[in-house]
Parts: sequence; C-alpha cells; structure tokens
Amino acid sequence: MSEQLKVPTMAEMMAEGKQPEILFWVGSAGSYDDRAKKITKAFVKILNKANVNFAVLGTEESNTGDVAKRAGNEFLFQMQAVMNIEVLNAYEIKRIVTCDPHSFNCIKNEYPGLGGSYDVIHHTQYIQELMSSGRLTLEGNTYKGKRITFHDPCYLGRGNGVYDAPRNVLKKTNATLVEMKRHKGTALCCGAGGAQMFKDAEPGNKEINVLRTEDAIETQPEIIATGCPYCNTMMTDGVKFKEKESEIKVLDIAELIANA
Amino acid sequence: MAYLPNIIFAVILILGIGYFVRNIKKIIRNIKLGQEVNAKDNKAKRWKNVAYIALGQSKMVKRPVSGFLHAIVYVGFIIINIEVLEIIIDGLFGTHRIGQQVLPEWLYGFLIGSFEILSVLVLVSVTVFWLRRNVIKVKRFLSSEMKGWPKSDGNIILYFEVVLMCLFLLMNATDTIFQNTGSGNVISQFIAPWFEGVSVGTLYIIEKSAWWLHIVGILIFLNYLYFSKHLHILLAFPNVYLGSVEPKGKFNNLDAVTAEVKLMMDPDADPYAAPAETSEDDVPAKFGASDVMDLNQIQLLNAYTCTECGRCTSECPANLTGKKLSPRKIMMDTRDRLEEVGKNIETNKGEFIDDGKQLLGDYITNEELWACTTCNACVEACPVSINPLSIIMDMRRYLVMEQSAAPMELNNMMTNIENNGAPWPYNQMDRLNWKDEN
Repeated sequence: MSEQLKVPTMAEMMAEGKQPEILFWVGSAGSYDDRAKKITKAFVKILNKANVNFAVLGTEESNTGDVAKRAGNEFLFQMQAVMNIEVLNAYEIKRIVTCDPHSFNCIKNEYPGLGGSYDVIHHTQYIQELMSSGRLTLEGNTYKGKRITFHDPCYLGRGNGVYDAPRNVLKKTNATLVEMKRHKGTALCCGAGGAQMFKDAEPGNKEINVLRTEDAIETQPEIIATGCPYCNTMMTDGVKFKEKESEIKVLDIAELIANA
Repeated sequence: MAYLPNIIFAVILILGIGYFVRNIKKIIRNIKLGQEVNAKDNKAKRWKNVAYIALGQSKMVKRPVSGFLHAIVYVGFIIINIEVLEIIIDGLFGTHRIGQQVLPEWLYGFLIGSFEILSVLVLVSVTVFWLRRNVIKVKRFLSSEMKGWPKSDGNIILYFEVVLMCLFLLMNATDTIFQNTGSGNVISQFIAPWFEGVSVGTLYIIEKSAWWLHIVGILIFLNYLYFSKHLHILLAFPNVYLGSVEPKGKFNNLDAVTAEVKLMMDPDADPYAAPAETSEDDVPAKFGASDVMDLNQIQLLNAYTCTECGRCTSECPANLTGKKLSPRKIMMDTRDRLEEVGKNIETNKGEFIDDGKQLLGDYITNEELWACTTCNACVEACPVSINPLSIIMDMRRYLVMEQSAAPMELNNMMTNIENNGAPWPYNQMDRLNWKDEN
C-alpha cells in the first residue's frame, strides 16, 4: 500500500469541531496483529476511496473485553466496556463499523446493557451499503471467474444472523462463489472463538482449524474469503498445515474489495 | 358387581395420573432450586417460536430423514391420543365405543381409519429409529455418554411405542361389532382374518384384554416419562417459549458484577465507607455456577427437556475433533446432578444437606469447559431451543472469578488486557502505529 492512508482520529476531529459519519472500531487484532493490520489498512483504503468521513479512536481505543468475557472474566469485560463506553459517549458516537465480528457482537449486543447504545455494523455490511448507494464501485476484474469460498465467522453468522452481506459483496467481484458443505447456520467454527485463540487446544485427535480448512479445500477454491481477523489466522495456518499455500489464498473481504 | 370394571378403571386412572402429577411436582420443585430469571419480554416472538420450532418442528426437519420420521411419530402421538379420550369415557361409564354412538358413522370411521393408518406409519418410523440406533449405528447415538442407561432408555421408548400401536390395532381387529360396520377398519380388516375360527367369546376376551393393556400401557408410558429422556414431549413447549429471543452472540451481563464495577468507577464513592447495613441472611453474590442451584431455572428446565438426540454434539467443533466436550453430556450431567440434589432434599425432609459433591468437578470437568469455542453451533442445532453454551459460560465464570483457575495462557492474556488494553503485551500508545507502517 504505497499511497498515503488518511486516518483521522476522533481527537483531531473534535479539535476541528467536526463529527464523522461513522467511527471505525479497529480492535486489538486490527491494531497489533501483523496479518490483521493488513485487513485494517485495506478497509481504510476502501473508506478513503469511497470518501467516507470516518475517524478512529486511535490510542483512546481499548480492548472491548469480549475475549475476557468469553474466557469467563466478567469483571475485566465490564471494566473494559465501561471505559470504552465513557470514551464513545463523550465523543457522542452514533454509528460504529468494525472488521472484527467479536467487537461487532460485543459492542452491538453487550454494551447497551452497560450504557452504550450505538448502531454497530460489520465491515462487510458497510461495504455492501457503500456499494448499493453508489459511493463505492469496482472497476477492475481481478477476481472474475475465480473460485471463492466464504467461511462464516460464528459471531457474524450464527451469532447475529448476518449471512448475506458478505456473500452479496463477494458476488460484486464477479467471482464464482462456492459454498462449503457446512455453511451459514451450520458453518463450523475456525477454532479461535471463546478465547481459544490465546491458548492451546485441549487433547483431541485434530485441530479445529485443520478440519475447517478441509471443509474449504473440498470446494477446490482459489481463495478462502474471511470476515474476521481470527478466522483469517486460523484458516491461513490450516492452509499451511495442508501445504496448500501456493494454490489457496486466505483473504479478508476488505482485502478482496480493496484490490478488486 | 356390574360396576366393578368401571371402579377398577377409575382407580387405575387416578393412580396413573396421580403418580405422574406427583413426579411433575418434583420436577417443578427441582427447577425452582435454580435462580429466578425474567422471560416476560417479547411475548410475540416467544409465541412465534412455539408455533414454528415446537409445533411446526422447523428445526427437526433440518435433518430430513430423522425430521420426517419424527414428524410422523409426533403427529401420530397427538392424533391417536384423541382415541384415549374415547377409551377413558368408555372405561368410566361402561360404554362401548361411545364415539360410534354419538358421532355420524362417516366421521367416526374417518377418525378411527386415520388413527389406524397413522399407527402403521408410526410402527414403520419407530422401526427405522430402532435400526438407526442399533443396526446402522448412527454416530451420535454411540458417544461415551450414551452407554448404559441412556442407550436402554432410548430403546425402551421405542418398544413402548411398538407395543401400544400393536395393541391398538389388535383391539380394533378383534372387535367384531366394529369390524361388522366396515367403516374405519382400513388396516385392522387385514388383521381380523388372522382370528378366523376363534370363538366369539375368545375374541371378546382378546379385544377386552387389548383394550385394557392399551390404556394401562399408556398410563405406564406416561409415568415412565419422568424416569426417561422422553419428557420433551411435554417440556419442549414451555422450553421453546422460554428460550432466548436475543441474538445468539449476546451473552448476559452479570448484574452482580455491574454493581461492583459501578462502585469502582464512581469518583464519588467513599473508599473508607462502612458496608451498608445488611441483614444476616444476605449472602454475597456468587459469580458464575459450580452447582445446579447457581444455574437459572430456564437452564434447569433445559436439562429436563433434553431428549439426548445429540444433534448439538454432532455439530460441536470441539467434539468433532476428539475433545472431551459434548454439549449433550453437559445437559445430561446437569439433569443427573439436579435429580441427585432433589433426592437429597427428599431424604432430608425438605432441606438440602451438603453431600460434598457439585456439578463442577464431580460431573463436568474443567477440561470439557475449556474446550468450548462459544461458537453457538450446539444452540443452533437444538430442535427444542436448549442452550448448553450458557451453562458452560456460567461454569467458566465460576472457574475464573471464584477460583482463579483459568489456564495459564488465558491468565496472561487477561493480564495484558488489564495492563495495556490488548490481549498481547503491546503498548497502549502504539495502538495507531499501523497507520504509518508499510
């Protein structure tokens, strides 16, 4: 990404007396994880291209507490939530977009009970919105005819019933969408959820991400599309484990659209 | 003496229903051991769920073979039970086929005819179910938690249904008056010839025996429910009504924690203030669940409703990759422990005496709880809106907040969040560095 990304912070906006149309919640993975940072930058590229008046919290953003909650630490979750809500409410944030289904679910569903109610959407929903309002158009045909299979993130799909937005966006690239046997409501988890990302798996006979990668490989895809930084890591590792990294790429929908 | 059969019938009926009611009361008492929970919101959505998921079996048919066969048994069960109404009236008042006398002949014939057809369909379905469990050996019926009683239980229920259906058909086939009307005996007319040459007296005895065994069998089956996994035929309806109407990704926020966090964040809170006056029986809130009494009443109802079909377990990513976790076992363990607590209360005259056991550790291990990815596949798969994940989460909360017993890696992750607002040891001030990196 050679061109300069425009990433205004809320503090800067505030100083200029401006209010963005949407806040981009980057999330911990999107801020620090090397692979996820590429997704973050791809999404910003899309936002810049569509001339979206957005902002990030930058150093004022903190972990949502989602992973602590799923690990059982409700205290830590609520501490994080209350701190974030204070910042968000102080900036009078109304609308939030994020590339992380876990942040999406947590802020959308679990923050309201603690005093933070916002209109929260996933980046695939926002990209779909930008496309249908004509603010974002795809000129290239990078993915025309390419076989792409989409892996449903649990907290986007089953967790919140968002199955169509990512698929609609992918269809716009003129790629050939192929579904895994387990998809939408019956999609198999990548293995990272519920704080599993941060620990070794319990004894078993297989890693969950390998099983899910096998599901994907069955569809003979050129690209496995994801909508979650954790799924991305798990599927990338799965593809490596299966020694298929020269044939199959694992890309977030934001990356696919940014390069389309 | 002419009224003797009527009296015997009434006594059997009262005993059968009475014992059943007694056990239902035990279930209610046990469920009430759980924490109270509010499910008064969103009535429209709840009734819609009852219509679609419970009555309409919308989730059952997601697996077409078992879903279709189950629908037959379910419809058969409901419709054939109209016949029980006639049996009860006949039994109490000494009439013979009261329906035949009060209903138009075509209507009675139509009703009994459809019962007969359904009973044959039920026999076929039940046979396939038995084959799936015992010959085809469908994987989800072979898990380790299905050994012993749960396996026998599944088969006993099928045998019950076979016997009841056969008795119903036999009763019709040997009823000469009914056969002579030639209306409604669509199936039994083919069974009747087996008894050609049998004297009218003997035929009468066979018919009466089948009639008695049929109604007694139904009463025994009714009472068997409490001891089996089969309570779902009744509890599925309230369970679906009380099931979550929120997005599956939404987990509840613990109110007890909110109170503490509010106090901590309140700049006006006096750190040296003496605790507010509390009465002596005020127990500090326990975070999470280590035993059935810590779970809520809907979770306990879930446990009684579970019919051990194993769809949850067959969709669970942890279970599919050989981990110990099985969402079905979580539900079975919860029920077993709840029954144990219930018996404890009975033997100790209405009071629970600590038996040194609890759900956590004695039934469900930490290893199972930590294998969960919270992916909601089990919740999505359950045809009757059971939520094993909520129990797993409540027990994790206990492990972490009461016992500080999280796996080491998770403790590191949580320490990082506490110290620098990210699950990894990076600086908070570096959060926006990605902007300028290439």
